[in-house]
Amino acid sequence: MTDATFPAARQSRATRIALRWGLYLILAVFALWYLLPLFVMVTTSLKSLDEIRTGSLIALPREVTFEPWRTAWSGACTGIQCEGLRPYFWNSVLLAVPAVLISTLIGALNGYVVAQWRFKGANLIFSLMLFGCFIPFQVVLLPMARTLGMLGIAGTIPGLIFVHVIYGIGFTTLFFRNYYVTIPSELVKAAKIDGAGFFRIFWSIFLPLSLPIIVVTVIWQFTQIWNDFLFGVSFSQAGTQPVTVALNNIVNSTTGVKEYNVDMAAAIIAALPTLLVYVVAGKYFIRGLTAGSVKG
Amino acid sequence: MSPILEIQGLFKNYGSTEILKDINVSIEKGEFLVLVGPSGCGKSTLLNCIAGLEPISGGTIRIGGLDMTQVSPKDRNIAMVFQSYALYPTMTVAKNITFGMQVRGVDKATQAAKLAEVARQLQIEALLQRRPGQLSGGQRQRVAMGRALVRDPALFLFDEPLSNLDAKLRVEMRTEIKRLHQDLGASMVYVTHDQIEAMTLATKIVVMKGGVIQQMGTPAEIYTRPANTFVADFMGSPAMNLIPARVSGNGAGSVVEVARIGAEPLRLRDPRLTGVSGDILLGLRPEDITRAGQRSGDLVQDGAVTVEVVEPAGADTYVVTRLGGKEVTSRLPADTVARPGEALTFGFDLSKASYFAPDSGQRLN
Repeated sequence: MTDATFPAARQSRATRIALRWGLYLILAVFALWYLLPLFVMVTTSLKSLDEIRTGSLIALPREVTFEPWRTAWSGACTGIQCEGLRPYFWNSVLLAVPAVLISTLIGALNGYVVAQWRFKGANLIFSLMLFGCFIPFQVVLLPMARTLGMLGIAGTIPGLIFVHVIYGIGFTTLFFRNYYVTIPSELVKAAKIDGAGFFRIFWSIFLPLSLPIIVVTVIWQFTQIWNDFLFGVSFSQAGTQPVTVALNNIVNSTTGVKEYNVDMAAAIIAALPTLLVYVVAGKYFIRGLTAGSVKG
Repeated sequence: MSPILEIQGLFKNYGSTEILKDINVSIEKGEFLVLVGPSGCGKSTLLNCIAGLEPISGGTIRIGGLDMTQVSPKDRNIAMVFQSYALYPTMTVAKNITFGMQVRGVDKATQAAKLAEVARQLQIEALLQRRPGQLSGGQRQRVAMGRALVRDPALFLFDEPLSNLDAKLRVEMRTEIKRLHQDLGASMVYVTHDQIEAMTLATKIVVMKGGVIQQMGTPAEIYTRPANTFVADFMGSPAMNLIPARVSGNGAGSVVEVARIGAEPLRLRDPRLTGVSGDILLGLRPEDITRAGQRSGDLVQDGAVTVEVVEPAGADTYVVTRLGGKEVTSRLPADTVARPGEALTFGFDLSKASYFAPDSGQRLN
């Protein structure tokens, strides 16, 4: 391309810098707009109730207090119990960690089979799994409740793990399948001649290649499972509720004055783990998403 | 001694599509068999069948005298080199080479000894701790061969191993594979679509088309006595000239008549022709149409033909003329003086001629 045919190249240096700064300005405005709710949440959670009543919504706290955080963590009432979010937070951890690991592992194995060990009907099975990604949560509530009842794990954390694993397999299989179809099938052939079997090839050759897609899947699944409310509220009972359900109960079960500062602190606590996962593994997320989707 | 590889009546179908039809091939220990043909002729499928990577629909495969038809790839005592090299990307070169031994539970000391030996043989000692991503194409090719060599198998299989390399490197590696074959005395089956690779490497060539073996023989047989017009056209570069002609007379009196532009038909005698008459295709390699007087022999006969195109190629000069209505290429010495539009007298060496039936394309002599 020559300069004459490329208008941008003819623009003066000043124009280019102005355009660039204009772009940054627009991006900064958008960023501020999106950060505003978080700002309000954080500031509100650090104010006392008196200050909230008298001051402006977006004002900085005059006196920083961590009392609302303490209450949210270990003192706020959910219905009749007043233990804060703490027990439910650990419920969510106990639920999310195994559910993420199991669904990721099954997805990896499924994707490996569908992509590299083609069998009759493999496409059909994969299509059905894909279809599973599009079934709305509400549709499966009743059949799932029956199933959990029959298995004897209704209202327990293993029951919730089971539900999330089943619901997650469609997505995890899709991720891994799209990643593994980009791996040349000659690798499997070479390994077969070298004497490696199904699991050996998976373990020694495919898994070591999978870090980017494992990160994507873990982030995706963790966010889904941690943030889930519907399954949590439907399939748990007192004592096994996840943090999202407890948060809802805290916000809704205040008697008398509404403690906005405690509500805000609780909401931030409930959102913190997913935030943390994105910050820690975010760059792998983008990388893995493009690796899986563009080439697949 | 039984053949190292013996394939009998092999069929391969995908659904109702026949990919391979009644393949019968056998090679002795130390032979270098090349499967050659255009893409889609089934040569790679046949190799995968030999390796056990594709199930077959009928027939038997014996390797080293044992029936391997139903045996899994790892137990067939074979090693394979792939077109894409198929190196394990997360393992070092050393791990790539020893992975097979590790899987089969060979002890560490033996692994190290064999690795060292193969690395020395292929001159890749300096690369052992690198990963495949850090290697050039030629180096990857060497590592892929190392992985096969370390196995010390009864049979080596190569699936177009040189087609991802640039032209210069391809010639180098070709020589290297040939040297390896000579040094090891190993038995090899090699798939390629490149007829020059086939000619230079093979002790035996199988030419395939549409899942059917067209001809099997030594490179010299394939080159000088092609079984049909497909083989004649496919093997050799430039391809064999297939000139429409007419045969009259019989035995000692046989005359092959070839139409010329602006002159009487060329009348060439070939007393070896018996029982052939009427329309035929005369097959002559470019090097068997030389400058008049350059080659002597009972059946070398002169004829003047108008030159259409002259292509100097360094060592040779190719001169294109028209005979029997078709372009005919002849290979003349580099110092040949020829001008388009002028007549030049050629020597046609009919002792090297092949004759084909024009309809079936089958060889007649």
